[in-house]
Amino acid sequence: MSSVTAPSEGAALIQTAEPPPGAAPAIALSGAHVDFEDQPLFDGLALDLPAGRTTCLLGPSGVGKTSLLRLIAGLLEPLPGFRLVASDDRPLAGRIAYMAQTDLLLPWLNVLDNATLGARLRGERAALANARRRAVALLSDVGLVDRLAARPDTLSGGMRQRVALVRTLIEERPVVMMDEPFGALDAITRLQLQDLAARLLAGRTVLLVTHDPLEAARLGHRIHVMAGKPATVDAPLEPSGVPPRDATAPGTLATQAELLRRLADAAAVDARS
Amino acid sequence: MTGRRLVRPVLIAAGLLALWEAAVWLNSIPHYILPPPSLVVLEFIDRGDLLAEHALWTTIEIALGLVAGVSLGSAVALLMARFAALRAWGVPLVVVSQAVPVFAIAPLLVLWLGYGIASKIAMAVLVIFFPVASAFLDGLRRVDPGWLDLARLMGASPAAVLFQIRLPAALPAFASGVRVAAAVAPIGAVIGEWVGASAGLGYLMMQQLARGQTALAFAALVVLAAIGVALYFLVDALLRRAMPWIPQQS
Ligand SMILES: Nc1ncnc2c1ncn2[C@@H]1O[C@H](COP(=O)(O)OP(=O)(O)OP(=O)(O)O)[C@@H](O)[C@H]1O
Ligand SMILES: [Mg+2]
Repeated sequence: MSSVTAPSEGAALIQTAEPPPGAAPAIALSGAHVDFEDQPLFDGLALDLPAGRTTCLLGPSGVGKTSLLRLIAGLLEPLPGFRLVASDDRPLAGRIAYMAQTDLLLPWLNVLDNATLGARLRGERAALANARRRAVALLSDVGLVDRLAARPDTLSGGMRQRVALVRTLIEERPVVMMDEPFGALDAITRLQLQDLAARLLAGRTVLLVTHDPLEAARLGHRIHVMAGKPATVDAPLEPSGVPPRDATAPGTLATQAELLRRLADAAAVDARS
Repeated sequence: MTGRRLVRPVLIAAGLLALWEAAVWLNSIPHYILPPPSLVVLEFIDRGDLLAEHALWTTIEIALGLVAGVSLGSAVALLMARFAALRAWGVPLVVVSQAVPVFAIAPLLVLWLGYGIASKIAMAVLVIFFPVASAFLDGLRRVDPGWLDLARLMGASPAAVLFQIRLPAALPAFASGVRVAAAVAPIGAVIGEWVGASAGLGYLMMQQLARGQTALAFAALVVLAAIGVALYFLVDALLRRAMPWIPQQS
């Protein structure tokens, strides 16, 4: 695992560590509209995800972040007027990996089999052998190499989340949706896994939902705050420097402070409405 | 620990048997109406080989019926889970089929399939099929939608979703269906034997009751109950071993 204290020097070397997962398109979405119980969650929301970059999405609980992710992933039925286009004009189906807010590990499969679920489900023999090799390497990166044969019910919440992370990263999809991928982890493990994820996600178009402004400040090329009812996203913050940024660098901390300010403003607007 | 837990049921059983024995002797109830337990025990000693012979026959009927019924029930549940059209037509059909009392079909089965083992197995299959098919189908349909979303985004085929997600997820429901099946399988076999047979514990009971040999009929009943209990625990143990990820309550 790369060290927590020196991620910025490692960044250049890290970019080439993994083969590029096919050209990652930019994604433009507009006219997003979702209703739950006749209440619009968002109404004409628009968002751009730049190609090969990580976009972070923050916002109060219940504002609709997960719903937006599901809409992009094609898991929510879109209403008329919704437009979701990739810059290469090809459909997104089959090009998205999705890490949900819950780990969704299958209780009857062990850690390694859960991590390689994609290849197993597609029944690709050669790909499965390859996926197993990469999964073992990644699982040892996340500190689970001695638990490969363990069943999920014998793991802690943070361990389960790490398996789900590996399962997501191993799918070589150019577009990745992640919903609070590090929520269950302790502070240090979280920083370490952010480094790992930043390395493996480099070059992919990523939308990452998080409640942690520091995480967004470290990982995001672009950072949005989503707020309001119906919800909208604000103009993005675009911090300089290559992710993963040093957690203790002044720039990162300034970004974190700015995000906290925006979140507090969003909460104040919510409270007034 | 196990020994201690057994003390109470054993005491209760012994007490009830003693009461029964006393009631028969004190009221001078004729033994062809209600034999005392001591006579039933004597039948085990005198006619043990006869009981064993018929017990073997009934056990074979139950085992084959259970295998056939569980297989048929599972296959139908899988097909209905996979094909919505089949479900739309099949579910009402299966439910209506359950409205026909098994007792009423038994003579027909004997008429069609003869006095041999086939009609008994068909009978057992009839009572086993429904609990297995309905519990399993329920389990196949009631899967965490998050798993299905995940599988879909991973590009899984419908068959892969069925066999790698729905099927293992439905195993606990399948197991409860099979447990019910194990409990009712002896009923099916014995009804078949009552209607027409030349062997088996149900046949033995009918034959001995007609001759006033009630104690032997009781002995057959005890063996039948023992087979039922043994079958249930065997099936339960097998199912638990097959599903180590399911939390077990003691
Ligand atoms: N299937 C559903 N049926 C009805 N309402 C739903 C459904 N899914 C989400 N909602 C509602 O939509 C709103 C947004 O939910 P969503 O899960 O998108 O929020 P979120 O921003 O991801 O919150 P959190 O940060 O707590 O995960 C909530 O008020 C929730 O109650
Ligand atoms: Mg959410």
